[in-house]
Amino acid sequence: MAKYLLLKHYRRSSGPAPLPGTDVPMEQWTQEEIDAHLTFMDDFADGLRERGEFVDGQALSPEGTFVRYGGEGKPPVTDGPFAETKDLIAGWMIIDVDSEERAHEAAAELSAAPGQGGEPICEWLEVRPFLTREPTADA
Amino acid sequence: MTTVEDLLRQLGPRVLGVLVRRGADFASAEDAVQEALIEAVTRWPEGMPSDPQAWLVTVAWRRWLDHVRSESARHRRERADLEEPPPGPTEQADDTLHLLFLCCHPALSPSSAVALTLRAVGGLTTRQVAEAYLVPESTMAQRISRAKRTIAEQGLDAEGERDLGRVLRVLYLVFNEGYGGEVDLAAEAIRLARELVGQTDDPEATGLLALMLLHHARRASRFAADGSLVTLADQDRSRWDTALAAEAVDLLHAALAADRLGEFQAQAAIAALHADAPSAQETDWPQVVGWYDELLALTGSPVVALNRAVAVGEADGPQAGLRALEEVPEGIPRREAAHAFLLERSGETTQAAELYARAAARASSTAERDHLTRQAARFRSR
Repeated sequence: MAKYLLLKHYRRSSGPAPLPGTDVPMEQWTQEEIDAHLTFMDDFADGLRERGEFVDGQALSPEGTFVRYGGEGKPPVTDGPFAETKDLIAGWMIIDVDSEERAHEAAAELSAAPGQGGEPICEWLEVRPFLTREPTADA
Repeated sequence: MTTVEDLLRQLGPRVLGVLVRRGADFASAEDAVQEALIEAVTRWPEGMPSDPQAWLVTVAWRRWLDHVRSESARHRRERADLEEPPPGPTEQADDTLHLLFLCCHPALSPSSAVALTLRAVGGLTTRQVAEAYLVPESTMAQRISRAKRTIAEQGLDAEGERDLGRVLRVLYLVFNEGYGGEVDLAAEAIRLARELVGQTDDPEATGLLALMLLHHARRASRFAADGSLVTLADQDRSRWDTALAAEAVDLLHAALAADRLGEFQAQAAIAALHADAPSAQETDWPQVVGWYDELLALTGSPVVALNRAVAVGEADGPQAGLRALEEVPEGIPRREAAHAFLLERSGETTQAAELYARAAARASSTAERDHLTRQAARFRSR
């Protein structure tokens, strides 16, 4: 088993472009479309739980702040938010699955969540393997 | 000193094995055994039964029968009664083995088989298994109950599916993949392998046990105090557990004498040659290459071919190693690291540094990544 982080990107300044017509922001969806989308997300997580593959997951606020060290004895420097230009990570999920193929399959399933008009939104999910701690045996 | 808890953990799987062999289905047999164990915890401190295992079998079997009687329809109850075997001495050795084969059922994914084996044969709690694999307990509980359902649906074919090779691979996964929570999974895998060796005269089972013991013997020296990786060549060999290694070598000799070579025996032979060498330079590299040839013929694995190329580099020089590496397909884990190592040996340091950095980016563990990053940094002047 290996753990993977599935990152949901809503808006991005890098990475592959979304499919034309599928990148309508959620605030332009109808109530029913949003409900269908959220139900899909819950069902997806339940499916993973039932398979024994779910580790953790959270949604994130779209508003974030950039912070860095401000120098000795000075307060930290903050800036932002930059929601329009920088990557916006909407949420994340950690799964523990048998193979990379299975991780991709799960991400693709999540990407098929319904959006406007009930059509799959086909959003890009970033799939990042976790670095493990050391293996027990070496060659 | 053996506490009641230790004894119960040892006996639990055996009792479960007896019930399953008698025809109880896996899930309800496990419930019954748990109830018997709970009863033992409350009763035994007042007075130990003369034969604890027989006591547990009797209690668990009664509990299981109660379940069946109260929950199933009348005809199922009657059939279970009919199928109850006549009383007689139990063959407990065969039972644990049967349980292992069940837990390593071909319909299960390797990770499910690992989880179920630890739970049912290892006697670990679901929480302990979950902790060892860093997943929530509810996730592990689901994985285990799915696995049990799969077994209940599929059953185990008489001989066709009793694949010892599969059991050995699952035990090796337990040995290799655990992160170690409160239970040391490597030690647990060794314990199970010992039981398996005691019950089969299979040279591969013995070979696997020898291999685990040899790796285990080196455990203390594989990481520095700060957690960083120490490669085989740099390990402090005085910290290797020579008693454990000696036991492994004896086991290996016995296995090889059976003249039925398999991949675990060949791997153990390589590990034994390392264990035997006072230093990396004094390793019998030509013989290591010879065993890699055997291993490659047995498995055809590109990972073996990669390790063989490194050994060829030690035996016949880096140029020969680089030629051997050409046979190894691109994209194999650690190929770039091995390539960098051989290039460095042959004096091509610039290219080696670049490859070490690329290998670091693709490392699968933090210790490996940090080690390779440091390797790359050695060539940067100041």
